[in-house]
Amino acid sequence: MIFYAIGFACACFGAGLLMTLWRVVFSPSVPDRILALDTMVVNVIALIVLWGMITGSGLYFEAALLFAMTGFVSSVAYAKFILRGDIIE
Amino acid sequence: MIQMLAEIAISALLVIGGLFALVGSYGLIKLPDLMTRLHAPTKASTLGVGGVLLGSMGYSALQGSPSWHELLVTIFLFLTAPITCNFIAKAWIARQTRPEDLPPTGTARPWATHDLTEDPIEPALTPKGRPGRPS
Repeated sequence: MIFYAIGFACACFGAGLLMTLWRVVFSPSVPDRILALDTMVVNVIALIVLWGMITGSGLYFEAALLFAMTGFVSSVAYAKFILRGDIIE
Repeated sequence: MIQMLAEIAISALLVIGGLFALVGSYGLIKLPDLMTRLHAPTKASTLGVGGVLLGSMGYSALQGSPSWHELLVTIFLFLTAPITCNFIAKAWIARQTRPEDLPPTGTARPWATHDLTEDPIEPALTPKGRPGRPS
């Protein structure tokens, strides 16, 4: 039963990833693109965790944590750059 | 029996988390405006990922080796999603609106995003003529 639930969750997150990719490509403004990239990072974290559940390895947790940190820092840095023209003032 | 209940709970967490994330990502392409579009990923997607991570914790406990690592990712995502949302909203305000379009702040200073002065910052919420914080 858990196997099918993992498959269903993978399908949901994969579909969400495609939707965010569509929004990244056809986005009306730059903040939209940042938001779509941030959502994409969140979806990818969930996919990494699900893959770790499938393989039964604890290694993928580290990748998920690193991805969360770099995603947050890059989103904030990009938003700060288009807000002020500079990242660290 | 307990194992059966645990499997049902983990499966429910995974399915509900997946559905929440799907709703969040669908709202990203469905909603009309950036300010409304900010709601979908920062709330629904974050909750969906939290559900999946809790399911992963329960799954590793069911396998006989409980791990609390996933809780770190959950807490990190729940803490950082509002910050990212706030920064994106400020960037949108700075790019798409003019200072005269925004409602008045009720203080002596304009909205912080449009406040490009180089003067030293005084406390904005303190009325004039009263001693504020030492600056």
